[in-house]
Amino acid sequence: MRENIHRFFRAARGAGVHVSPAESIDAMRAVAQVGVSDRAILRDTLLLTLAKSQDEKLALGDCFDLFFSQPEPRQDQSEPDNADAQPDADASSPFGATSEAGEGQPPDGLGPLAQMLLSQDRNAVAAAIASASGAASLSDIRYSTQRGIFSSRILDAMGLQRLRDDLDELTTTNPALTERLRDALDALRETVRDTVSQGLALYAREEAENLRNEILRNAPLARIERRQVAEMRALIRQIARRLRERYSKPRKRQRRGHLDVRRTIRRNAAWGSVPFLTAWKRKHRDRPRIVAICDVSGSVAQVSDFFLLLIHSLHEVVDDVHSFAFSSHLIEVSEILEKKSPEEAMAEIMSKVGFGSSDYGSSLVDFEKEFMSTLTPQTTVIVLGDARSNNLDPRADILRRISERSKRLVWLNPEGRLAWGFGDSEMPRYATFCTVVRQCATAQQLERAVSDIVATYQ
Amino acid sequence: MAEQKPSTAIEAVESGLAAQGYIASRQIATAVYLSQQIEKPILVEGPAGVGKTELAKAIAAWRGMKMIRLQCYEGLDEAKALYEWKYAKQLLYTQILKDKLGEVLGGAQTLHAALGQLHDFGDVFFSKEFVEPRPLLQALEQPGGCVLLIDEIDKSDAEFESLLLEILSDFQVTIPELGTVSAITPPTVILTSNSERDLGDALKRRCLHLHIGFPEQRLEERIVESRVPGISQTLRRQMVGFIHEIRSLDLKKLPSVSETIDWARVLVLLQASELDTEIVKDTLNVLLKYEADIEAAQPQITTFIAKAARSNVFG
Repeated sequence: MRENIHRFFRAARGAGVHVSPAESIDAMRAVAQVGVSDRAILRDTLLLTLAKSQDEKLALGDCFDLFFSQPEPRQDQSEPDNADAQPDADASSPFGATSEAGEGQPPDGLGPLAQMLLSQDRNAVAAAIASASGAASLSDIRYSTQRGIFSSRILDAMGLQRLRDDLDELTTTNPALTERLRDALDALRETVRDTVSQGLALYAREEAENLRNEILRNAPLARIERRQVAEMRALIRQIARRLRERYSKPRKRQRRGHLDVRRTIRRNAAWGSVPFLTAWKRKHRDRPRIVAICDVSGSVAQVSDFFLLLIHSLHEVVDDVHSFAFSSHLIEVSEILEKKSPEEAMAEIMSKVGFGSSDYGSSLVDFEKEFMSTLTPQTTVIVLGDARSNNLDPRADILRRISERSKRLVWLNPEGRLAWGFGDSEMPRYATFCTVVRQCATAQQLERAVSDIVATYQ
Repeated sequence: MAEQKPSTAIEAVESGLAAQGYIASRQIATAVYLSQQIEKPILVEGPAGVGKTELAKAIAAWRGMKMIRLQCYEGLDEAKALYEWKYAKQLLYTQILKDKLGEVLGGAQTLHAALGQLHDFGDVFFSKEFVEPRPLLQALEQPGGCVLLIDEIDKSDAEFESLLLEILSDFQVTIPELGTVSAITPPTVILTSNSERDLGDALKRRCLHLHIGFPEQRLEERIVESRVPGISQTLRRQMVGFIHEIRSLDLKKLPSVSETIDWARVLVLLQASELDTEIVKDTLNVLLKYEADIEAAQPQITTFIAKAARSNVFG
């Protein structure tokens, strides 16, 4: 049973519940207290010790039910050669007599698996499958491509080879019985396949999800297929949440602090340094001010979705964000991003300025004319775009002035460094005025970039 | 080895709490039992008014232990939760001892010698004498153990959580000037949270996580039965059924168990024998705490009463 609980931990991780080694030790201690005989209490105990939120409780409860609906492998009774020895004793004695006698077939000479199948004892078969999956360590299954190999491993462990020999022998001597046995074998294959699929659902969810997320994280945003977009958005939202948790700590901490001895003494000099007035040390922290300028033109259409989503999450993390979107002309979109859900906001922004051909020059002119005053020496300006200006005047001089007025100018470009400066890319010309220029094509790079930006204010 | 024991022990918890008027579900009883057995705090989450705080009180009453309560709020810090130095007393003592100081230093000729002599006296002012224990330290100092209720931990700042970690895992605190104070008898710790903010993983890891939601109909009837003895069975069934219908609405604040009990008391006071539209309309403000919620519920009252009455017939 101990082994079984450990397998359950693995299944729980698969269900998305984080079970650290320390937690599994706690759970084992708790299980040792309540025992395993009462399944309802066991369920409560595991839920109490492992799950850390109501969602996790639901997931874990389902997982528990699924897990314990499987028959337990009977490893403890006979481990290595159960396939030959044990079902023999189980199946042949009670059923061999009844059903085989009706057919008039001598059960002797057949292998244990054949006898078990012919006896049609479902419990015995289920138990044999369970112990064979234990022997084949089904709990190690990780990917759906492994289903075939695990199925055949289980069948081998159950004694498929002997059954094949039996079948070969019987074809000539007893065609009717052969037919029955073949059907039974097909049914067995199907059951095993189901068992393996269930095992996959139970043990492999986590790995599969991690793998998929890892791939998505590193996939170029522009090359993501339509059906992956939703997953990608979920991933970016996850990133945004992480950022929020890390950086949106209450700023009240500033008020508290340690006594500033030097200032206290100086302030109270008039009273012979009896401290009537206290002075406290303060932690100074700049308030982040961010201006985000996002290209939503046709050439970056695929990526701008994610850029906007990211700016949206930036609005949640940082109080003072002004956002602008442009393709051929530029508008402020802070309000839309703040008031609406990401999807609505993105749709609205795209319908207002999206999909045009990009004109960095005139957009920068727009910015200088109307919004230059939003820049202060504390502002970080983030430009998200590929710097492809359709051979129009890039107006790099405006970017220089933006850079001079602000604390930092960060340019995030979805294109690789190799493409900069080729064709209509004005990146090298812009880059001279930027504090930081980064390629930002995957979710991971996006996360790092934003994390760096926010962190400079902490 | 112990085939029967845990389940009977859990039942004992259940009946023990029931004797204090707290009707616990099996989940709750299991949590209480386990927290005792493996010495872990219980983190209780759930909507307001389902009996999270009551649970701590019931455990304390059942075990006959003292309950120490720490109400959390924004800005709570270690001076208020753990211990504080009695500055005034320290100052006063320095004043009084000023004269003595001369005697102590009397023989010393040089500054260096005086310092050395002072040093021999040790840190008198930072000793147990001058520590004012706050709830957490008090809980550790109870010789017979106690129930420590850390109420609404989600209202405190994230830093405060870290302060708790040492207490929750090892039942000890470290006071820099004094050293480590360990619990004489580990207290039973109950933390409650309304999930106003997400608690840190480190804190969650140290606790059993218990979620108390709205109780099932049967359980809620039993709770009402134990809390409001005068109420008739028919009325009890009807009102609990009615409340379960109300909870299916999309309201700002769903009525919880404490509201159920209040309402039952009101109904008994009004000597109602069963629900009717009139009496429900008059007393709806006991159940619902927002004008908008009352308005939303008004048109449904008659259907809900009918439904509750029907389920009464079949159930």
